[in-house]
Amino acid sequence: MEHFPRRLLTIVTEALLERELLAEFDALGVRGYTITDARGKGGRGTRQSDWAQEGNVRIEIVCEPALAERVVARLRERYYDHYAMILYLQDVSVLRPDKF
Amino acid sequence: MPLFDPVIWFFVLGIAAGVARADLRLPAAIYEFVSTVLLLSIGLKGGVELARDSGGLPAVELGGILLLGFLLPLPAFAVARRIGRLSRADAASLAAHYGSVSVGTFAVVVGYLAARGIPFEGRAAVWVVLLEVPAILAGIVLARGLHGDVAWGRLLRDLFLGRSIVLLLGGLAIGRLAGPEGTASIQPLFFDLFKGILALFLLEMGLIAAAQLPTLRRHGLFITIFGVLTPLVFAVVGALLGRALGLSVGGAIVLATLAASASYIAAPAAIRTAVPEANPALSLTASLAVTFPFNIIVGIPLYERLATALAG
Repeated sequence: MEHFPRRLLTIVTEALLERELLAEFDALGVRGYTITDARGKGGRGTRQSDWAQEGNVRIEIVCEPALAERVVARLRERYYDHYAMILYLQDVSVLRPDKF
Repeated sequence: MPLFDPVIWFFVLGIAAGVARADLRLPAAIYEFVSTVLLLSIGLKGGVELARDSGGLPAVELGGILLLGFLLPLPAFAVARRIGRLSRADAASLAAHYGSVSVGTFAVVVGYLAARGIPFEGRAAVWVVLLEVPAILAGIVLARGLHGDVAWGRLLRDLFLGRSIVLLLGGLAIGRLAGPEGTASIQPLFFDLFKGILALFLLEMGLIAAAQLPTLRRHGLFITIFGVLTPLVFAVVGALLGRALGLSVGGAIVLATLAASASYIAAPAAIRTAVPEANPALSLTASLAVTFPFNIIVGIPLYERLATALAG
């Protein structure tokens, strides 16, 4: 079966930002994403998920490399300074290129 | 009367379990459910009272309480800036938290007054709604100035459609419409179980407060002192306003407690998006780990004496 290359962008950030980020994604032309509740430890200490106020989310987006770069640039410009946020990119293969 | 209302011991249990890192965690969904039931209960109870005596909210009272919400952040900001030497953003954030109110503390004072048979105005739930938002707006203006870059439209929408306001006002409306007879069928869940639900809520609050203690150690002395003295001073202001507005003694105790309480839900969320450079841990820790425990354990009985003394 033929495979098509795409980029997987994973963002771990404050649950509080979720709604705002989704609006950004829509504006940038992201067609889909997956969100899961997350907890862990990082530069801003332990982040629990058992209280909505302090929780984290993990957002995954699979898309064209160029779009992934645009999303990354946007997040870096607007959110990196003041919010708990990490992101990383991976190369992935998809079977249905028209979906991503 | 025993030393504490039993529900307070659940809070102490939560703190102790949290500090000892016991294997105890209520799932987030339980916390949401418990706080939803509490908010609806308080709203419904107020609504039923309103249906009984059908007294409206006098305009002077509405104005006085709104003004209280806008003004309380100012002295808090000045103290945090001058004495605490905090940055403008951090001082404004602290001011917004302390000017706004804690619904959890309100639930505890409602339980406290009910246990002692002290009556208070049914419309007290409306005071919570009136006091929640103005201080947050004042705090944002203190941080940003009047012409700062703030998305006011979205902010106001989020504030007014926050859980606590929607559920309190919703409960109030349902209680008012249904009246004492109409609410009889939902009485077992919302009225009879109130103290049990409050106990579960406080258990979780104890766990949450305990999780803030390491931050408290880091930020230390100023926010601890601030977190104890601010409620004492604000309670006097609240009690005096209650007296001036001609509220009952119970009403003055509630208003003193509300003025003394500090927000830990609406204010952190709003300030996080509107003033992102403020350190969120600072205000939340002061509010949750210092002021909330202080108010429910020591404060409320003091405010009762204060309001009683003012009335006598």
